[in-house]
Amino acid sequence: MSDYNFAYLDEQTKRMIRRAILKGLAIPGYQVPFASREMPMPYGWGTGGVQVSAATLTPADTLKVIDQGADDTTNAVSIRKFFEKTAGVATTEETGAASIIQTRHRIPEEDLREDQILVYQVPIPEPLRFLEPSEIETRKMHSLEEYGLMHVKLYEDIAKHGAIATSYAYPVKVEGRYVMDPSPIPKFDNPKMEMAAIQLFGAGREQRIYALPPYCKVVSLDFEDFPFEASKADHACDMCGATDSYLDEVIMDDSGGRMFVCSDTDYCTGRRQAGHMGAQAAAASAALEETAV
Amino acid sequence: MYVAVKGGERAIDNAHAWLAEERRGDLNVAELSVSQIREQLSLAVNRVMAEGSLYDPDLAALAIKQARGDMIEAIFLIRAYRTTLPRFGASAPVETEAMACDRRISATFKDAPGGQVLGPTFDYTHRLLDFALAADGEVPNIAKGEARTEPTPHITDFLNKEGLIQTEATSEDVPGDLTRAPLELPANRPLRLQALTRGDEGFVLSMAYSTQRGYARNHAFVGELRIGKVSVEMEIPELGFAIEIGEVELTECETVNQFQGSKTEPPQFTRGYGLVFGQSERKSISMALVDRALRWEELGEDNLGAPAQDEEFVLYHSDNIQATGFLEHIKLPHYVDFQSELELIRKLRREALENANPIQEAAE
Repeated sequence: MSDYNFAYLDEQTKRMIRRAILKGLAIPGYQVPFASREMPMPYGWGTGGVQVSAATLTPADTLKVIDQGADDTTNAVSIRKFFEKTAGVATTEETGAASIIQTRHRIPEEDLREDQILVYQVPIPEPLRFLEPSEIETRKMHSLEEYGLMHVKLYEDIAKHGAIATSYAYPVKVEGRYVMDPSPIPKFDNPKMEMAAIQLFGAGREQRIYALPPYCKVVSLDFEDFPFEASKADHACDMCGATDSYLDEVIMDDSGGRMFVCSDTDYCTGRRQAGHMGAQAAAASAALEETAV
Repeated sequence: MYVAVKGGERAIDNAHAWLAEERRGDLNVAELSVSQIREQLSLAVNRVMAEGSLYDPDLAALAIKQARGDMIEAIFLIRAYRTTLPRFGASAPVETEAMACDRRISATFKDAPGGQVLGPTFDYTHRLLDFALAADGEVPNIAKGEARTEPTPHITDFLNKEGLIQTEATSEDVPGDLTRAPLELPANRPLRLQALTRGDEGFVLSMAYSTQRGYARNHAFVGELRIGKVSVEMEIPELGFAIEIGEVELTECETVNQFQGSKTEPPQFTRGYGLVFGQSERKSISMALVDRALRWEELGEDNLGAPAQDEEFVLYHSDNIQATGFLEHIKLPHYVDFQSELELIRKLRREALENANPIQEAAE
């Protein structure tokens, strides 16, 4: 696609985005304003992540794109195709083979390495937004490190429900300074954020980029007597038998039948190829063969 | 039985093919040409140019065709195209004073130099469906007059001569560019006007309407509404002077608003300003009203807590491409988040039921 520059964005725009990324890495968890461009996909479809990926990609990179942990969800397919077309980079579904992974709503199960970059798509970068709608106010609260409102919210949850009623986009504190929105990942993924890879967060519509350098300290907010708990469905994957992965619940029939499968499709496939079997794996693969015929 | 859903790629390709077929519609009906849209749906073209922030009637018409008439989709196509265009420079400010007006009216003076020129307006049409148009859209010969050559000074200039209306502060600052720098608040008036002129017509209209109904009412008179072509000049560095590079059609509205005064200043009228690509009367009047409402602080008025006075609220919600994107994205998969909510609510319900029926639990 010679009509557009490598990875769609022009070099000046990429440079502007790279500056924002570097600033973000220098101040972990701080939301850096950037002049987000109008992309050829709608706001809300990952324009922030796409711009960060575009500014990060080099021709030698191998890109993986996941949405809800899966490589084959429609929007992941669409974004992967976009970069295949505009950047001509190699793509993969294997977590370990990717140098850049763009994700929406999940962190891969497999541990990431120092030579990898994880790019998150972020809808609302401001963790305080639903407590305080004004951007002027929330920026002030961050600069004054005034996070009492967030703790009051968590406390009120406990008073009302007996537990912190936030199950995804669970707020974290970065390096003891900024409270940060981890994007709408399930809180199950929060502990993984202290990782070897660079993590970059792009919010296109809200014009913000933030970042976590490798091994950065990321603490999920909690109380001593109500400690943070990374939860998942109390089940094993029905396909690969994994007990340590985040699970999707799939409705099987109209009488309450359901099964649980890994949301990370690459992780599940890898385990099944290695011979792991879940409770319904045999029946499922039989059905697959049937549909293939 | 659960079968992993593969084939997102094929589904997307098929969806696109089906979309193209739907766009074309019945093959027995002649295809609509881009020039037909440009000429015969020109107000739609104007809206796409205004909110797409790109003055190009042909591309706007193409976008409308491609978008099957979905205006926001067409605006989006233009925006996405616009952002890829290189920037050679900026034009000199256009002189709306020198506009070749097709229409120019004032609601504040019965007559004024330059006259009241009704122009091509729906204003006094009776909204009766013209069934003749369904059969034949030919127009009868209409009388032609000489083009007016007299100057058409701004109405507010007459008020200004008497000092009755506030003079706008002049500035040599280069205004910021909303499309090249992130919006930071508080914004200044040039940025607010940029946001309003490319803001969603419906949103700006409703905001303006709310001020008329009492949410930060500012008693606006349409001092002047003018529509016509202005020449666009650009300074060419190699030449060292400005040359005309083309012309654009604009709608400009200046409202005359309730006067105010202070101990040091006698009462004066104030103004709101609207300037929009193409013939876009509704939008430019709306823009002027909202501009005026947003000036409350600068003009020393009270913050009444009205939505139209809230710069952050207006600027963050006026862009229909941002709004529609975020609104529609909720149809994308959210299985993972929903799963975490499912688990949480099951847990909370289990605990609540246990607390409510401890004996029954024990009996079981």
